Amino acid sequence: MLRYILGKLALIIPTFIGITILAFGFVRILPGDPVLVLAGERGLSPERHTALMHQFGFDLPIWRQYLTYLANILSGDFGTSFSTKTPVLKDFLVRFPATVELAIFAMIFAVVLGVAAGIFAAIRRGSWFDQLTMGTALAGYSMPIFWWGLLLIIVFSGTLHWTPVSGRIDLLYFFKPVTGFMTIDALISGQKGAFRSALSHLVLPTIVLGTIPLAVIARQTRSAMLEVLGEDYVRTARAKGLTPFRVVGLHAFRNALIPVVTTIGLQVGTLLTGAILTESIFSWPGIGKWMIDAISKRDYFTVQGGLLLIALIVMSVNLIVDVLYAVINPRIRAN
Amino acid sequence: MTNEGPATIEAATVVKPRDARLQMFGEFWHYFSVNKGAVIGLFVFALLILVAIFAPLLSPHSPDDQFRDFFLTPPAWQEGGNAQFLLGTDAVGRDMLSRLIYGSRFSLAIGFVVVTTALISGVILGLLAGYCRGWVDTLIMRVMDIILAFPSLLLALVLVAVLGPGLVNAMIAIAFVLQPHFARLTRAAVMAEKNREYVISAKVAGASHLRLMLVTILPNCIAPLIVQATLSFSNAILEAAALGFLGMGAQPPTPEWGTMLAEAREFILRAWWVVTFPGLAILITVFAINLIGDGLRDALDPKLKRS
Repeated sequence: MLRYILGKLALIIPTFIGITILAFGFVRILPGDPVLVLAGERGLSPERHTALMHQFGFDLPIWRQYLTYLANILSGDFGTSFSTKTPVLKDFLVRFPATVELAIFAMIFAVVLGVAAGIFAAIRRGSWFDQLTMGTALAGYSMPIFWWGLLLIIVFSGTLHWTPVSGRIDLLYFFKPVTGFMTIDALISGQKGAFRSALSHLVLPTIVLGTIPLAVIARQTRSAMLEVLGEDYVRTARAKGLTPFRVVGLHAFRNALIPVVTTIGLQVGTLLTGAILTESIFSWPGIGKWMIDAISKRDYFTVQGGLLLIALIVMSVNLIVDVLYAVINPRIRAN
Repeated sequence: MTNEGPATIEAATVVKPRDARLQMFGEFWHYFSVNKGAVIGLFVFALLILVAIFAPLLSPHSPDDQFRDFFLTPPAWQEGGNAQFLLGTDAVGRDMLSRLIYGSRFSLAIGFVVVTTALISGVILGLLAGYCRGWVDTLIMRVMDIILAFPSLLLALVLVAVLGPGLVNAMIAIAFVLQPHFARLTRAAVMAEKNREYVISAKVAGASHLRLMLVTILPNCIAPLIVQATLSFSNAILEAAALGFLGMGAQPPTPEWGTMLAEAREFILRAWWVVTFPGLAILITVFAINLIGDGLRDALDPKLKRS
């Protein structure tokens, strides 16, 4: 097991270096003079230009620049934002909990509904329920989620007035962030109605962000269940006279779980992509909106740092999924 | 299908390549048409292609004509609607239906161009990696892993930020993020085929490396690539629309569906039609293509059960 994990870790090093090269290269391939592009200042005096060139290290050979960059990253310095003048890592950490909170809710929504729908569709294979569920799942998978979000706003916020349009909580409530998770902070604050408000702000973004993972998980669960339900041991369990609930729940589902868990892990990248769109629709102050704002403001150091941080997160999650996969499925380890 | 009669009789004697191909197609169609959804998807997709080709004939107005007396006119069946504008008009008085019809041209073109680019570059890289192995393989596949480590939309966004917003740059960026999938698939297929007897016999017969790669091995790796190409087609349309929506893809006044949605955003609570129809157009197109993709997977790869 340890050897398996070490092997996976060894594979990560070249990927990590590649990711840093890509993030490093990104700022270097911007067209035009790097100082002018990055500083966004006009009419620089030659002295100021030289000073800035030196400050950013652009006067060094490219490989030295890269090594400095790599050393900075390894010591936790991901650059400094031009618009806020704060370290990129700090800006990132302030916003990250908002994205994580939304992603956790979306994932719970997707897993609970997706697994249930997938199991029932598999048990009732070919029935109208199966066909309807799988049709809906494919439609969900084809959904332009930015439009889906707008549509939900029209119906539930504009027409029915059930949910708020944007933000994380009503402006009425104000408290210092403790955990960064609005729902938990609202509970800690003890203010009446704050938790409810935080939850109601989460409803639409959760549905929007969870839609595609929900569709993928439902399809995957169904096909994994179908595969398992055809196995001999399931027939044996049935022949033993076990209740259908025990057969499906204990014998079949536990074995169908492996591909489902992998699928859930692989959805993290999808969630981060979805977060960019979802957060931009609902003005959700997470890293997705932060990146979009940085791109439109041409705050390139933020874009560079954010890109790298997000890639590192995806990479780490993939590693964890790989390891978990080996934990639940001994056959993988043996190979 | 229709080739049952004469083709099978001839097949018993000498199979002409053309008949063999017909027979293969018949078999494919048999499996494909079992999936009703796939047939519906194919029908809708064909309809969309026709709409895109005949856009100038079908659309009641030019997509850019602004009717100054008809800002945000609701669809014809609603109160205040006008029969002249079936699906209403947008904030500057342009006919929604005409813009949607012209928009189909962009979405389909985006799909075709992106998939072709990603397919060609991905297949070349995958062939090289799977055929040569060694350091070439390691290098190519590591680079593909790196591209895949980034969320696709984010990488496309950043690439467009570097290249400058616009439809062409958006297509390049999307092709770039989609091609690792083709490279991985091709590599896996090539590695599976490489040591089969027919390849070795071609090698012994003196086929060059290029011939072995392109003529001997590649045609046998086509099935998974077709499925992947279909799925990438719908992905490309979705991502291009998302980039347009975020203001980094096609620029206004282009009637691209995602860009139309971005323009419509501020009227969302006042004029539901400017938001609803472009998104519906994207959903229908992508849904149809995904239905085809599912059908193709069933028909081309019997090992994969329908999921």
